[in-house]
Amino acid sequence: MAMRPLSGEELAKAVNQEFPGVAVDYDEVSAWIRPNRIHAVAAFLKDSPAHDFQFLNSVSAVDYVEYFDLVYHLTSLKQQSSAVFKARIYGREDLKAPSVYSVWRGADFQEREIWDLMGIHFEGHPNMKRIMLWEGFEGHPLRKDFL
Amino acid sequence: MSCQLASDSILYANGIYRLVYEIVGVVLPCWVAYAIAGLVFAFILVNAVLLGAAVITWGERRVLGRFQNRVGPNRWGPFGLFQPVADLVKLLTKEDLRPEGSDRVVFSLVPVLMVAPLILMTAVVPFARNTALASLNVGVLFILAVSSITSVAIFMAGWSSNNRYAMFGAARAVAVLISYEIPVVLSLLGVVMVAASMSLGTIVEAQALPFFLVQPLAFLVFMAGMSAELNRSPFDVAEAESEIIAGYHTEYSGVRFALIQAAEFGGVGVVAAIAATLFLGGWSGPWSEYLGWLWFLIKTGIIVFLFIWFRATYPRLRIDQIMAFSWKFLLPLAMVNLVVVTLEVFLLRGDDGVLTHTDLAIMAAINLAVTVIAIAVFGNLIKDRVTFRTRQPQQVVVPGVSTIEVS
Amino acid sequence: MTIRTEPMTVNVGPQHPSTHGVFRVRITFDGEDIVEVEPVFGYLHRGTEKLAEERNYVQVVTLTDRLDYTSSMINNQAYCLAVEKLLGVEPPPRARYLRTLTAELQRIASHLIAVGFFVQELGAFGTPLMYGFRSRERILELFEMLCGARITVSYMRPGGVFADAPRDFWPALNRFLEDFEDEFAEMEQLLLENEILMIRTRGVSPIPPEVAINNSVSGPVLRASGVNWDWRKQEPYDAYDQVEFDVPIGSNWDNYDRFWVRIQEVHQSIRIIKQCIAQIEPGPVRLDLPLVLRPEAGREAYGRVEASKGELGFYLVSDGGISPYRCKIRSPSLINLTVIEHLLVGWKLADMIVSLGSIDINMGEVDR
Repeated sequence: MAMRPLSGEELAKAVNQEFPGVAVDYDEVSAWIRPNRIHAVAAFLKDSPAHDFQFLNSVSAVDYVEYFDLVYHLTSLKQQSSAVFKARIYGREDLKAPSVYSVWRGADFQEREIWDLMGIHFEGHPNMKRIMLWEGFEGHPLRKDFL
Repeated sequence: MSCQLASDSILYANGIYRLVYEIVGVVLPCWVAYAIAGLVFAFILVNAVLLGAAVITWGERRVLGRFQNRVGPNRWGPFGLFQPVADLVKLLTKEDLRPEGSDRVVFSLVPVLMVAPLILMTAVVPFARNTALASLNVGVLFILAVSSITSVAIFMAGWSSNNRYAMFGAARAVAVLISYEIPVVLSLLGVVMVAASMSLGTIVEAQALPFFLVQPLAFLVFMAGMSAELNRSPFDVAEAESEIIAGYHTEYSGVRFALIQAAEFGGVGVVAAIAATLFLGGWSGPWSEYLGWLWFLIKTGIIVFLFIWFRATYPRLRIDQIMAFSWKFLLPLAMVNLVVVTLEVFLLRGDDGVLTHTDLAIMAAINLAVTVIAIAVFGNLIKDRVTFRTRQPQQVVVPGVSTIEVS
Repeated sequence: MTIRTEPMTVNVGPQHPSTHGVFRVRITFDGEDIVEVEPVFGYLHRGTEKLAEERNYVQVVTLTDRLDYTSSMINNQAYCLAVEKLLGVEPPPRARYLRTLTAELQRIASHLIAVGFFVQELGAFGTPLMYGFRSRERILELFEMLCGARITVSYMRPGGVFADAPRDFWPALNRFLEDFEDEFAEMEQLLLENEILMIRTRGVSPIPPEVAINNSVSGPVLRASGVNWDWRKQEPYDAYDQVEFDVPIGSNWDNYDRFWVRIQEVHQSIRIIKQCIAQIEPGPVRLDLPLVLRPEAGREAYGRVEASKGELGFYLVSDGGISPYRCKIRSPSLINLTVIEHLLVGWKLADMIVSLGSIDINMGEVDR
């Protein structure tokens, strides 16, 4: 009955089998994938019966100053397993990442929040507006350089 | 020189009026006495409605408090009785606000138009033997006609406020008021038929057996219909505070709001008084010669308490359900009542056209059975419309977890 | 003759009697029917995630109280679990039982509010709400005995709880449980079979399980959609693996089921509390951790609990400093709102308020 967390190695192997070279790195709990392939990997993880990650727990962004990590926590209700994949985006200005809105509707508000507070623009999201702050607010307050 | 009221005057039966008229008439010309006596009585009625409204606001809050495990207003005066005064002072000292873009004249007219019909309605209600201002021989018709003015006032409020919630409230209120007028009128027809009169005084005297026993169906329909006309729970869609803030009176504040509240709570009192007169036997009771007013007040109080009880207990219906309830349930019930009562009156009435006490008792027995059957039948019919058909759920079940399901 | 009609846009909120705080929805109506919905957030945004980066690990506990202020205990628990995962420590058994017990008490209090306001929004003027508040008051008094605060409790700490329960707590808890059974039965009697409540809620705004899962809906709303997913079962934390309880699930996925699931969860919480009282044993309640915690650099942890609103998760990243490098809060209220369009469009204004009440949002948590 207990949850089975997928290790980063397993996940990276599975992703690389489907999309060779997309998973670039892994550690104990998570695998890093190329940011431009987020949408394809997400759709694969959700729809392949072997993984069946129907449930997106959370989308987070972490500011490491030189780069940003997007962290996706997934759960499969049928397999009772969980997985974490990340995507590393370098740079500070004009950041873009593909949206997983069309895969998991649950990403809607979280992606908007990341755009609002971290400044990563999700492409393919139908309503990419600020969510907590008002339109016209300058800067993205959750970044490390925002004081 | 003393004045004598002509015995064919509609005011002749009114003891208080005649007394004032004759006393004043001793020293002043008759037409002045006529006016003064009228003003005195009007003063009594206006204050009865407004003070009644004040007492009901207090009473409602206290009783609701008891229903809800809390205290209610208890600070100002004994048992918090002066709370309405404090509220009124607060409201009177507020700024006179009128929303931008509102229709000034219509907006200001509304509070007046809300209160006026209530005071008019009390004119025909006998508070004790021979105390109705005008024992009109078309009293019931008068009440129904005057009470419809309220729906116009509500629509004016919603229209002139320039507020979308107010418009919602007004549209809902008018829809509800118009649909509930019909069952109410039909239920009152039965009462009029048994009493063989439209005068409220005569109806009281005809109640050798209170009419809520003789025509339980009419009483139920009347109470439900009046709850809706007063915008009270469970039919309070017009001012559903959880949905449309305060409905048609969202934009009213200060003294206008005070008047609208007075109209609302005064309405409860007036409707309760009318219901007590028509169905509970009004002022009749032991020693009604002297204690008529007390019986009247007690019966009115019981009805008011019923209204408060409804409010404390029931959730609100949705607008379409309210309409369905009126057209598919109350209207047929009122019709059944009308048909049954017509037949009974036709068959039981003696040659002199009067129903005796025994006749009323027989009617009560028959009508009780009819009530139970009619409610059961129409209740079942309407149930088919509102029962939700259970869907076959497509379960996404995690194995090994013990679950319990909705029955 | 056709009458010309046009849709009407209404701002429901941020000041509206039943938006649970300062929530705003821009709704386009066609008559009374809803054709378009656009939620607007941020009126209570306090930047909790940023504030957490400025405080040390223990201080952040006080911030979590203010997320969903109707279930502070559970927020504390989620955060403490995340920090413990980050540090790789386990709290002592007595602390785990105390946490479970207080979290379940808090769940009862939160569900009482949810049910009360749900019925309030149906138009039942205050009575069920006040019945709920009567019992909730007793729970808050119990919390006061534990930690001196009623709402913003900050009772739990990374590595256990702040202090053991005082001796008076246990008899008081037993008295509460005795009285609560009657009080709650009274409320159930008033509501569960209520004809008007049934016709207002049955079949209204169903959320099919596929939609619920795709929208990342969690908690009672997900279970009312017929998915028996409960993190207390799936990933037992604290003492949940030691106690027995059932997971109530809905079969019609509608407003009534969401209401019903909450009522049943209160019963299950009572069961859990009773088992906790029977099983708890004396012992330490807090690990001997340093006052200022410094998790290893580069570690990260995602700690989650089944909060009263749904899955509450804290994603913590450490850089070896005294405060979290990143503290992402996965708030159930915000994410449950994703279904709002599915929930409201096509239904009437009166249903909209009830449906919003049935997902039981809390603005402190939505806006953070």
